[in-house]
Amino acid sequence: MEKVIAGKTIAVNEEGYLTDFKQWDKSIADELAAEAEISLSPRHWEVLSYLQTEYKNEVPLSIRKIGKSGVVDIKEFYQLFPKAPLKTATKIAGIPKPASCI
Amino acid sequence: MKQLVILGAGTAGTMMANHLSHELKKADWKISIIDEREEHHYQPGYLFLPFDIYTPEDIIKSIDEFIPKQANLIKGKIDRVVPAENKVKMADGRELNYDILIVATGAKIAPEETEGMKGTEWHKSVFDFYTFEGSLALRNKLRNWEGGKLVVHITEMPIKCPVAPLEFAFLADSFFKHKHMRDKVEITYVTPLSGAFTKPKATEALEHLLEEKHIKIESDFAIEHVDNEKKEIVDYGGRSIPFDILVTVPTNKGDEVMERSGMGDDLNYVPTHKATLQSKEYANVFVLGDASNIPASKAGSVAHFEAEILTENILRYIKGEPLKEEFDGHANCFIETGNGKALLIDFNYTHEPVEGSFPFPGIGPLKLLKESRMNHMGKLAFRWIYWNVLLKGTHIPFVSATMSESGKKYN
Repeated sequence: MEKVIAGKTIAVNEEGYLTDFKQWDKSIADELAAEAEISLSPRHWEVLSYLQTEYKNEVPLSIRKIGKSGVVDIKEFYQLFPKAPLKTATKIAGIPKPASCI
Repeated sequence: MKQLVILGAGTAGTMMANHLSHELKKADWKISIIDEREEHHYQPGYLFLPFDIYTPEDIIKSIDEFIPKQANLIKGKIDRVVPAENKVKMADGRELNYDILIVATGAKIAPEETEGMKGTEWHKSVFDFYTFEGSLALRNKLRNWEGGKLVVHITEMPIKCPVAPLEFAFLADSFFKHKHMRDKVEITYVTPLSGAFTKPKATEALEHLLEEKHIKIESDFAIEHVDNEKKEIVDYGGRSIPFDILVTVPTNKGDEVMERSGMGDDLNYVPTHKATLQSKEYANVFVLGDASNIPASKAGSVAHFEAEILTENILRYIKGEPLKEEFDGHANCFIETGNGKALLIDFNYTHEPVEGSFPFPGIGPLKLLKESRMNHMGKLAFRWIYWNVLLKGTHIPFVSATMSESGKKYN
């Protein structure tokens, strides 16, 4: 599937997650954040960049890991990305939705 | 004489002891299996005990009964493994050297990971059904309960048998219907996932069943604490859900012995190659069952399929041959849906559960992802198969260790 985000045609899956991280840039993050009614502050960017680094290092992401990362605690993670923070934050970061272990 | 040591005499460890005692020459290899417990529990039975479908006698046998004579069963507590020295240290000071180590120490609940979970209401109105004690306490509570809010809850993934909490909700619906008090009970299913299950097609089928049975679903709920006074669970976003009875699946963790040995990840699961079942760090250490971190279900059927492949890989390792990268994450689970029916799902790392027939393509007799009485009979028959076939390491006819794609409806 394709979607126009911030004036660019981007490949996404049916849930709206980017399928090619190379297409991600900050303007895309801003627009995806706006869709989730979030305006990105410097704290948001710190968390997004941490998630992207973990993704590049192939570390599976979970709420528990993020809580222990030292970057953000779970309470603040929820304040930054309300409701389902991991799903929202990974979408904005342009990385796949974490596959919760079955 | 070489030494092969198995840690844990649960489902996975017992199956490996049986497989390997057939395959390894007695003159060359000594097999030891270590466990501190006296009893072997049929863990799927914990689901049925609260509803008086099974009795304690149905699910408990002695560990000794299932360990082959050729293997040396050591009863005692393991202090730690020293993988750099190929050594297992026991709490009583004994030491065992090994040439090959098989880790089958399983997973268990850790309610202490969530604030307030193991509080004043523990086993009074807050229950688990992943231990014998929890399941029995819940049975006693349900026998006289007059109704109210029943909340079935998953703390975080991964958990053993990820479909068990759903089955619990379905069986509760059926249980209260039979007691003619379903109208007095409100059942809510609370999950950290965004739907009823982790795979899309099965989620669709299962959510349909929840709706049909008037079970409310609350998704994306990441619990922060249990409030014992107000009797509610509260998530990090501030959402709270009240309960009269909370049936929770606490955080699951690998055994502390893996933490003490420095062999586990943040949940004490041992990093393991998902296709060969060899430890990622130590070539002579192999891991199967719930103890590993591979992205497969933590379920007895998975351990059974793993055991067949791991047995072959251990023989290859002994001969110095390359290991077979064959394990595909195959899982096969019955899902009790209440009223004498069940679903069956069959899936692996890459293929989600879909509709079809099993084990004979196009024939069945079991139906995949559809409710049927035959599936329920299969689930009940499974207890006999577990004690008499599975633990002994006997191959189950027509069911292969790797998943078959025939007879299934993939798009």
